[in-house]
Amino acid sequence: MLPSPFQFERPSTIADAVRAVGESGDGMFYAGGTELLLALKMRVIRADRLIDIKGIPGLDCIAVNGMNEIEIGARCTHRKISGDPVIREHVPALASLCAEVANIRVRNVGTIGGNLCFGEPHADPPTMLAALNARLVLVGSRGTREVHADDFIRSEMETVREPDELLRVIVFPRPAGPVTYRRFKHGERPSVNVAMTWSLNADGNTIRSARVRVGALGLRPQPLPVVEGALRNVAVAEARQAIETALPAALDQLEVNADRHGGADYKRHLAGVLLLRSADEAVTAGGSWLK
Amino acid sequence: MTQVLAISFSLNGKTIAVDVPAHMLLIDLIRDRLDLKGTKRSCDMEVCGACTVLLDGEPISSCTTLAVDVDRLDVTTIEGVTPPDGLSPIQQAFVLHGGLQCGFCTPGFIMAVTALLKTTPHPTDAEIRHYLDGNLCRCTGYTKIFEAVKSLAGRQDAA
Repeated sequence: MLPSPFQFERPSTIADAVRAVGESGDGMFYAGGTELLLALKMRVIRADRLIDIKGIPGLDCIAVNGMNEIEIGARCTHRKISGDPVIREHVPALASLCAEVANIRVRNVGTIGGNLCFGEPHADPPTMLAALNARLVLVGSRGTREVHADDFIRSEMETVREPDELLRVIVFPRPAGPVTYRRFKHGERPSVNVAMTWSLNADGNTIRSARVRVGALGLRPQPLPVVEGALRNVAVAEARQAIETALPAALDQLEVNADRHGGADYKRHLAGVLLLRSADEAVTAGGSWLK
Repeated sequence: MTQVLAISFSLNGKTIAVDVPAHMLLIDLIRDRLDLKGTKRSCDMEVCGACTVLLDGEPISSCTTLAVDVDRLDVTTIEGVTPPDGLSPIQQAFVLHGGLQCGFCTPGFIMAVTALLKTTPHPTDAEIRHYLDGNLCRCTGYTKIFEAVKSLAGRQDAA
């Protein structure tokens, strides 16, 4: 299949890219193309112009900033993130996630920003970034704004990003405890995924707070507030029991679709299984967190 | 009006310059304009790996890559890793171990294995399986392909 013809532009600054997209007709930012070109080829979307952002310097940086936060440029490929020393040291679960996205060819060119902006419910990074409490920095014609990862994806294939807003960077606090990500899949996309982060007290034995997000069940990643509440100020050694107790009520609160990945009850059940396995992993990792 | 862009890139070691429509896909440039038919189109959605070529040494899906995106870069196709006479060590290993039947997926597998062994000359079993996870074969059941790659994993001259 061929995409319909479009104009192709290669701006070298963010300002020029934003201006180019905002000009007449349907312009779209373009980087790896692993999602966008597929949609253009299938003619489920159309673009008059593709604005290639690969020539803009600085969009593929990864660093710890002065606020003890980790910044990942939106144009970083999954491959780059999976091998990056900063990510491997501070968020190894994210490095592992990126090493398993789709397949080697997609990881070589597909970007984390493109993945988020597509809003595909069966995707790996959105669930993890929501659990990490990430903020997404959008640059548009009316200035710069930050959106929490939880608020970014509105529904299936739909985000709060305006067409002329470029996702520049993803920022999240450096984790202060174990981070886990687990998924179950039939093909390349996750059928269900669960991400969990714990912030531990200074002694490393108690969970100060936890964030749990479940993805691919509904239209967007969802929090599990009942489990998060059950983990607050709980000893790491007691965490699994706390989750097990809270789990039935927590799972009942999830919105779950039946789709080609499985029925609603089945997917809900998988979420619980993945969460308990994550708990075991986090308990093990928690013990070594301060070493 | 269709926008045409002039690009220049290295194809199997030779620099070429061509004018391409902005929306042209790399696989169509390779197969239809440059007449290299070894690269196969199958799923057309980056899942099966039959269209795999190397871009600056790394595997990509040519079915979902714009031709303009290879401007000034290095593209290698199955023709570029096949000696003028005979077969490369990787190709020989596939033949020796029965790693192909209909052969349609084979160019993609050969390209992926070429990239794997270049960066990881001695891959573990797990590394082989992980790297080739995105290349699909409907004939062999994968065991023969895996054995072919494994036979190369210890050799110095594989790539």
